[in-house]
Amino acid sequence: MSNAATFDTRTDTAIPVESPLAYSYRHSGAPRAGDSSRLQLRERAMLGHLILRGGAIVLDEAVRDVLGLNLPGQPQALVQDASGERSIQWLSPDEWLVIVPGGEEFPLETKLREHLGSAHFAISDVSGGQTVLELSGEAAQELLMKTVIYDVHPSNFPVGKGVTTIFAKATTIIRRPSEERWELVVRRSFADYCYRWLLDAAAEYGVNVEQ
Amino acid sequence: MFYIYCPYCGEHREEEEFHPKGQAHIERPKEPEACSDEEWGNYLFFRDNPRGVHHEMWVHAVGCRKFFNMTRHTVSYEILETYKMGEQPSITADSQNPPRETVPVSHPEGVRA
Ligand SMILES: [Zn+2]
Repeated sequence: MSNAATFDTRTDTAIPVESPLAYSYRHSGAPRAGDSSRLQLRERAMLGHLILRGGAIVLDEAVRDVLGLNLPGQPQALVQDASGERSIQWLSPDEWLVIVPGGEEFPLETKLREHLGSAHFAISDVSGGQTVLELSGEAAQELLMKTVIYDVHPSNFPVGKGVTTIFAKATTIIRRPSEERWELVVRRSFADYCYRWLLDAAAEYGVNVEQ
Repeated sequence: MFYIYCPYCGEHREEEEFHPKGQAHIERPKEPEACSDEEWGNYLFFRDNPRGVHHEMWVHAVGCRKFFNMTRHTVSYEILETYKMGEQPSITADSQNPPRETVPVSHPEGVRA
């Protein structure tokens, strides 16, 4: 076990917890276009996000034993478990993003630290710093095409890919976990900006915001 | 716009994701205390400004955030290659420009854009 000081960032006190978009819902609303909608938008709030850094071989062994997932070694690769709730994404040759259901991140971090022992690695809990916005519907790709500089055509962006690039003016991770869904991992401080951009860009498709 | 191949991401990405970081392959003197003022000044402040092939360091700032090297032509702006840190360029001024005696006599200055 390493001697890193860790703590569970989730409090069990009665302080109400708000998602990064809580402010945006109050100030910008959550439009419902109903049946005419070609785009669904929802926040997958309060998930557990961990950044793993270190050598691929050492980390791969640890996440396979602890999480049951292979560490994606190929650039831009995104792997998920069967339920789609747990994922690991390649961010750089020595950096990966793990997203798990909220509350699982601290036990996972603890288990990984135990497993990795004195290996050379770093684990950072970034759950409070970012959130996931999910786009689905037939217009999702079209919306991304007019917003991001990256080529999101299916020939360049198949399912199981994820890239860090620029969404509007914000650094954003764009992922494609399935045929019909896209995920944006945005910084908490950019969440309102991204949300309002999405509402504006999606107005022509009749956006349905699911809260 | 440049369309830059990141050797770590393994694909071409938009210039907006990158920042140039100056001349590549500058080695910090192993023993700074043993340097003369001139050697230390050269290391700190003096950079090549060639007309032609140049080796530069870039960072994939929005992306993998890794530094890498680029061989670029300062007249045509053409990117000739990119390669990882610690590697050596395969294209250099010497490999690009044939030795002087084989250069044709009339060699117009400047390159059409
Ligand atoms: Zn890169």
